[in-house]
Amino acid sequence: MTEMDPAVERLVFLMSTGLARGAVLALFALSLVIVYRAARAVNFAQAAMAIVPVYVAFAVTSASGSYWLGLASALVVGALLGAVVERWLLRLVPQDNPLPGIIVAIGLVMVLQAGLAIAFGPDHRPVHAPFSQRPFDVGGVSVLSPYDLFVLIVAAVVMGGFAILFNRTSIGLQLRAAAFAPETSRLLGVRVPRMVTLGWMLSIATAALAALLLVPTGLGLDPHAADVLFVNAFAAAVIGGLDSPVGALVAGLVVGVLASLVTGYASAATAPLAVLALLTVVLLVRPHGLFAAREARTA
Amino acid sequence: MSTLTIEKLTVGYGDGAPVLDGLELEVPDGGVVALLGANGAGKTTLLRALLGLVPARSGRVLLNGADLTRLSTEDRVRRGLALVPEGRSVVVELTVAENLRLGALWRYAGRKHSGPAREAAVGQMYELFEPLARRRDAAGHTLSGGERQMLALARALVGEPDVLLLDEPSLGLAPLVVAQLLGVLRDQAEATGLTVLLAEQNVTGALSVADRGVVLSLGEVVADRPAAELAADPALRHAYLGF
Repeated sequence: MTEMDPAVERLVFLMSTGLARGAVLALFALSLVIVYRAARAVNFAQAAMAIVPVYVAFAVTSASGSYWLGLASALVVGALLGAVVERWLLRLVPQDNPLPGIIVAIGLVMVLQAGLAIAFGPDHRPVHAPFSQRPFDVGGVSVLSPYDLFVLIVAAVVMGGFAILFNRTSIGLQLRAAAFAPETSRLLGVRVPRMVTLGWMLSIATAALAALLLVPTGLGLDPHAADVLFVNAFAAAVIGGLDSPVGALVAGLVVGVLASLVTGYASAATAPLAVLALLTVVLLVRPHGLFAAREARTA
Repeated sequence: MSTLTIEKLTVGYGDGAPVLDGLELEVPDGGVVALLGANGAGKTTLLRALLGLVPARSGRVLLNGADLTRLSTEDRVRRGLALVPEGRSVVVELTVAENLRLGALWRYAGRKHSGPAREAAVGQMYELFEPLARRRDAAGHTLSGGERQMLALARALVGEPDVLLLDEPSLGLAPLVVAQLLGVLRDQAEATGLTVLLAEQNVTGALSVADRGVVLSLGEVVADRPAAELAADPALRHAYLGF
């Protein structure tokens, strides 16, 4: 067997790593899309709300020794946190203009992150992945690690689950209708406030899952561990159209691969600039994002 | 039996004078009542108040003797009240089929194997409205005005309500489409005993399908007579309907 060109080898490695990072980005971007659909607002507290369940998962895993128990508790706590924040905080904020909600969300970020730092300390805590992070060796080329593969599979299962939920079930139909046309949905018997709460629960549980998958690949767990993820995922969600789950998936993968390639060929510091450049170009060409709903017939 | 009774209903916006003041009206089981009146008479406000979209200051709304006044809009709908609001309330992001499925959600609720029964109910609507059958997978925003109003009506009918409230279904539509829609409405009322309250500016069209006409003026009922009699009374028409 002939040796592979080192340049090609490097490209394959960067692409495959980018896909795995992109899957996490896509999941987080999807969580932003879900909450945007439910509440017609970008949730600026998404990163802080996602990292709280990860701390719970970390504690549960440390106490029980089971990664899976920790993962399940992150999903449950994420969903509960979403419900609590929507019902007992954001619902009390005036809804007629988005600014009060944004300010409350930013305040929530400060409270949650400071609270975590007080409770657990501000240091990075090393988090172990449930699978090896040493890349597979395929014909002399380093590709995905077992953990990357796990991340890709989890992301695919969650995406597939959401596709079925939204497009094939009665609850999914009600969620979409409530998001697009609240008053008409009420006139058809849909309990819209309950659908909004459910949207928040699904969104924060998904964001928590994405943060949980990300943490072992980074520096470790600290109250700001999901902040950069939020920024990149927000860019991906906007590139995808903010309203489109498919857009979040595609843009998340594209942003992940782009960031990985730029990090590999230029420097890690350049990657955020590349993402920003992509965002700018897409918004210049298609101001509503790549997968925004097409223009409506008005006549 | 599905009688809609409105008792001393008073509705207003903000601190202003009430739009409806102590309104009394009964829509009997199986009746088709035309609700007529100029702009500002309170027709839309009445229909929205019946569904709880506008809060009532006082008075009661009864469906078959059961008080709906304290119920939310969603619960009133699940009890058998349906409103087709003004302006083609199709959910434009959803397809024709999805809009109809949404309308059928509470039909057969709590029964086993309700899925196929709902699909059959949706199928009946496609027979009733042929243009919708051809466009069942098209998104709502691609439909024409007439098709949207057909879909809004079909979506209300597929839920098999006891009482159907319609707000200006003829608005902005060609006479032929209006005649078709009102024809379907009359046929359904005759075939199923559906109770209908139809608010319209199109007096002639509304009275041609209704068996009773009620004229609202400044939030009060000023005439309540058989439709044929109302259509033939030039003095009344002139005073309140302007032609």
